[in-house]
Amino acid sequence: MSDVTIQGPNVAHKHDQEVHGDHHDHDHHKQHFITKYIFSQDHKIIGKQFLITGIIWAVIGALMSVFFRLQLGFPDETFPIMERFLGEWAKGGKLSPEFYYALVTMHGTILVFFVLTAGLSGTFANLLIPLQIGARDMASPFMNMLSYWFFFLASIVMFISLFVQTGPASGGWTTYPPLSALKEASIGSGIGMDLWLASMALFVVSSLLGGLNYISTILNMRTKGMTMTRMPLTIWALLFTAVLGVLSFPVLLSGFVLLIFDRNFGTSFYLSEIFIQGKALPNIGGSAILYQHLFWFLGHPEVYIIMLPGMGMASEILSTHSRKPIFGYFAMIISLIAITVLAFLVWAHHMFVTGMSPFLGSIFVLLTLLIAVPSAVKVFNWLTTIWRGNIRFTVPMMFALGFVSLFISGGLTGIFLGNSALDIHLHDTYFVVAHFHIVMGVSAFFGMFAGIYHWFPKMYGRYMNNTLGFIHFFLTFAGAYLIFWPMHYEGVAGMPRRYYDYSAWESFSQFSDLNSFISIAVIIVFFAQLLFVVNFFVSIFRGRRCLTKNPWDSPTLEWTTPINPGHGNWEGDIPEVHRWAYDYKDDGNGNDFIPQTVPLKDGEEAH
Amino acid sequence: MSGFTSILLTCLVFFIIYQIAKASELAGILRGEEKTKQQTNRLMAWLLVAFFLLGLYGIYECHVYLMDMMLPVSASEHGVQYDKMFNLTLIVTGIVFFITQALLFWFAFRYQSTEKRTSFFFPHNNKLELIWTTLPAIAMTILVVIGLKNWTHMTSDAPKDAEVVEIVGKQFNWIIRYAGEDGILGKKDFRNINDVDNVLGQNWDDKHNLDDIVLQNGELHLVKGKPVKLIIGSRDVIHDVGLPHFRLKMDAVPGIITTLWFTPQYTTEEMKEISGNPDFVYEISCDQMCGSGHYSMRGTVIVHTQEEYDEWLKGQTSYYAMNNQEAAPAADEQEGQEETDSDNTVTMK
Repeated sequence: MSDVTIQGPNVAHKHDQEVHGDHHDHDHHKQHFITKYIFSQDHKIIGKQFLITGIIWAVIGALMSVFFRLQLGFPDETFPIMERFLGEWAKGGKLSPEFYYALVTMHGTILVFFVLTAGLSGTFANLLIPLQIGARDMASPFMNMLSYWFFFLASIVMFISLFVQTGPASGGWTTYPPLSALKEASIGSGIGMDLWLASMALFVVSSLLGGLNYISTILNMRTKGMTMTRMPLTIWALLFTAVLGVLSFPVLLSGFVLLIFDRNFGTSFYLSEIFIQGKALPNIGGSAILYQHLFWFLGHPEVYIIMLPGMGMASEILSTHSRKPIFGYFAMIISLIAITVLAFLVWAHHMFVTGMSPFLGSIFVLLTLLIAVPSAVKVFNWLTTIWRGNIRFTVPMMFALGFVSLFISGGLTGIFLGNSALDIHLHDTYFVVAHFHIVMGVSAFFGMFAGIYHWFPKMYGRYMNNTLGFIHFFLTFAGAYLIFWPMHYEGVAGMPRRYYDYSAWESFSQFSDLNSFISIAVIIVFFAQLLFVVNFFVSIFRGRRCLTKNPWDSPTLEWTTPINPGHGNWEGDIPEVHRWAYDYKDDGNGNDFIPQTVPLKDGEEAH
Repeated sequence: MSGFTSILLTCLVFFIIYQIAKASELAGILRGEEKTKQQTNRLMAWLLVAFFLLGLYGIYECHVYLMDMMLPVSASEHGVQYDKMFNLTLIVTGIVFFITQALLFWFAFRYQSTEKRTSFFFPHNNKLELIWTTLPAIAMTILVVIGLKNWTHMTSDAPKDAEVVEIVGKQFNWIIRYAGEDGILGKKDFRNINDVDNVLGQNWDDKHNLDDIVLQNGELHLVKGKPVKLIIGSRDVIHDVGLPHFRLKMDAVPGIITTLWFTPQYTTEEMKEISGNPDFVYEISCDQMCGSGHYSMRGTVIVHTQEEYDEWLKGQTSYYAMNNQEAAPAADEQEGQEETDSDNTVTMK
C-alpha cells in the first residue's frame, strides 16, 4: 500500500510535496490566479464564490422587492427612477402589471433558491464541513467545483431571462401550470419560462453535486477521534440539509421535466379541458394538481433546507458567545432528525384548498403540527443555552439572538396555517406572506448573517466592522418586524397576496396607508442591507486584521488552522479530536473553554 | 449621466460611513480594548431590552390602529366556528410568544458578560427536555383535534336542500350559473365554449341547460339562512374562489370540479349595518395567481332575504333564451327549426 501515490488535497502535506514534484510549476503556493480563485477546487474558495454570488443575487432580489413595494405602497404615484432601471416595463415610472408579477416571481425564485439555498448552504457547507470535521477538503473537490459552476450557469441563464423581450417568468415562484405551461395564459410564460426551467434544472444539478459531496465528506472524512457525536451542530444541520436536498430535488426536476414536455411537446401531464384565447386546447386527462404535489414534495423540504443551516449556526454561535455548552446536544440532533423526516411528510399542507380529499388533508394536518414539537424543543434548548451564560454581545451573537426571536414569531404563525380548518381562510393571503418571510426569509437570513460575521475572520483573516454590524442588526431586526408584523392583520382580513393594486376592492383598500408604511420600511431596510454589503466587501481588503488564530475562543477545529489557511487547511498533520465541540468549562489555565484537540484529563468524564 | 453620478455619490457616502465606523472602532481600541468591549456589551444588553419594550408597545399600537380595519363578524355559520378556533389558537400561540420572547430578551440582559461572571456548565437535563417535548405535544394534540373537528364539518357533504350554484373562473372574471326551474345544471363540454353565446360550453342537447341562468357580471346571489353548494370550475388556469367574509376559499382548477358549501347568516343590507359601512359589499377575490389581471378578478356576493331573492330571480332570463332573442330573426328561425328537430328526435325515441 505504501507505494501507492495518493493525489488530491486530502492527503497530508508530505504526500503533497511528492505529488506536486511531478506537476512542476503547479505548486500550491504558486498557483495560477485562475486555478486559485476562479476554477478553484479549494472548498474555502468555493464557499466564498457561493457567498459572493449569493450576495449579488440578494441585492438584485431585494431591489426587485423595493420596486414592487413602491407599486404596492404608492399605486397612484410614478417613480421615474424605475423607468431608468426597468425601461419599457415601467413606462412613465409606473410598473406594468405584467412586470409586477415578473418581479414578484423573480424575487421569490432568486431568494429561495439562489440566495437562501445556494448562497446559504453552499457557502457554509463548503466552508465549515472540512474545517470543522478536520478534513483537508471535500470528498471530491472537482465535483465541488462543478457544483459551483453549475450554479453559476444557472445564474447566468436566470439573469438572461430578465432581459428577454417577453419578460422573465411571471407565474409566481411556484410556477403552477396551466398558467406557466401556456404561452397564451401570460406573457411571462413564453421564452422567459423556458429559461426559468432551464436555469432551475441546472440549479438542481448543482445542488445534487454539492449535496452528495457534503454527505460523503461528513460520513467518511472526519479526522481521527471525530465521532459523529463529537461534531458541532453546524455539521449535523448541514448533513441533514444535504440529505433533504438530495432526496427531494430530483422530484422537483421530474416535475419540471413534465412541465417542459407539456410546454413544448404537446403532452397533457398537467393540462386538461382548457379554453384559452378563444380556442379549446386538445389536452385532456392531465391534472394541474399533480404538478403541485411534485413541486411541494421539494417545496416543503426546501423550507427546511433553508432553515437548518441557520439553526445549526445559531446553535454554535449562541453557545460560543454565551461561553456555555449548547443545552441538550442529543435533543438537538434528535429534533433535527425529526424535522428532516417530517419535512418529507407534510408537503400537501400547501394544498389544503386545491380540492384535495379532506381525509388526506387531515393526515397532513396531523403531521404538520407534529413538526412544532421538535421546533419547540430547539427553541427551549436555545433559551436554556443562554440562561446563566456569560454573554458577549458580538455582532454574530446579536444576529443569533435575532434568529431565535424571529424563528419563534414565524414558527408560531405556522400553527395557524398548518391547521387546515384555519388555513381555509388564511391560505394565499398576506398572513402567509408574513409567516414565511419571517420564518424562512428573515430568520434564515439572520442565521446567515450571524454565520458571516462569525466566520468572516476565518474566511478573510480580518474582522467586519462592528459598529456597522450593530447598526445593520438593529435596522434589520426592527425593520423586519415593522414590515411583516402588520401583514398578519392584512392576511386575517383576507387580503390576497400577489395583487398589483388593491384600490378597487372595498374589503382591502382600507389598508392603503399601511401598505405605504410597509413600503417605506422596506426601502430603509434595503439600504441597511447595502450597509452590510459595503461592510463585507470593504472589510475584505481594509477590515481590522485578525491577529489570533481563535478570535472567539471557540473549541471547534476550524480555529486551530492558521489565520489564513492554504489549500489543505492544516500545515502539519490534521489534529486529532478528543472531546465534543462544546466543552466550555475551566481548563485550569484561566481559559473558559477547552479545544476539541485537548485530550481528556485524568478522571475527566467525556460528554 | 445623472444616474451614474448618483450611484457614484451613493458609493462615496457608504465609503465615508465605513471610514467613520472604522475610525470609531479604532478609537475604542486605543482607549483600551477590554474596557470598550465591556461598554459595548452593556450598551447592547440595554438596547435589546429597549427593543423588547418598544416592540411590545409597537404591537399594542399596531393592534389598536388595525383592529378597526378587520373583517366584521363572520357572514357564514362555518365562520363563527372558525373565529372561535382562530381566537383559541391566537391565545395559545400568544402566550407562548410572550413567554419565550420575554425569556429570550431577559436572559440576554440578565446574563450579559461581566468580569465576575462565569457561565454555568449545564449541558443537558433529561427531565427538562422531557417536559418541553411533552407540553407542546399536548398543546398540538388539542389544536389538531379542534381543527379536525371543524375541518370535517366544513368539508362534509352539503345538506340535501342546499341550492346548487356553479361558479367558473376565467382570465379575469367569474361566470356564475344557476340551475333554473328544473334545479339541475345541464351538461357542458369545454369544446363547446365560445365567447359569443356559450361562455360555459353548455351542451344544448341537454334539456337541463335550456333554463339555466348564466351571469357574466360576477354576481353571486344567495339567500340568507339557506345553505348553498358551490360547484367550482375553471376555463383556463387555476383560480381560487376567495370568500373572506365567509372565512372560506377553494381553488378553481381546469379539468377538475371542486365544491364548497356554507350558509349565509346576514344579508348584504344587514351587513352594511353591522359593519357600519354603507358601501359594504361581500367580495369574491381570486386568491390564486392567474395572470396579469389577477388583482382585478373581482366578483361580488349579494345575500338576499327569500322574498328579495325570488323577486330578483323573476327578472332573470335563461342564457339560452337570452341568446336566441338577441339573435337576428333569420338565425332565430333556424334555431327554432333545430329545436323542433331535436324535439322530434326525442319524440321518436
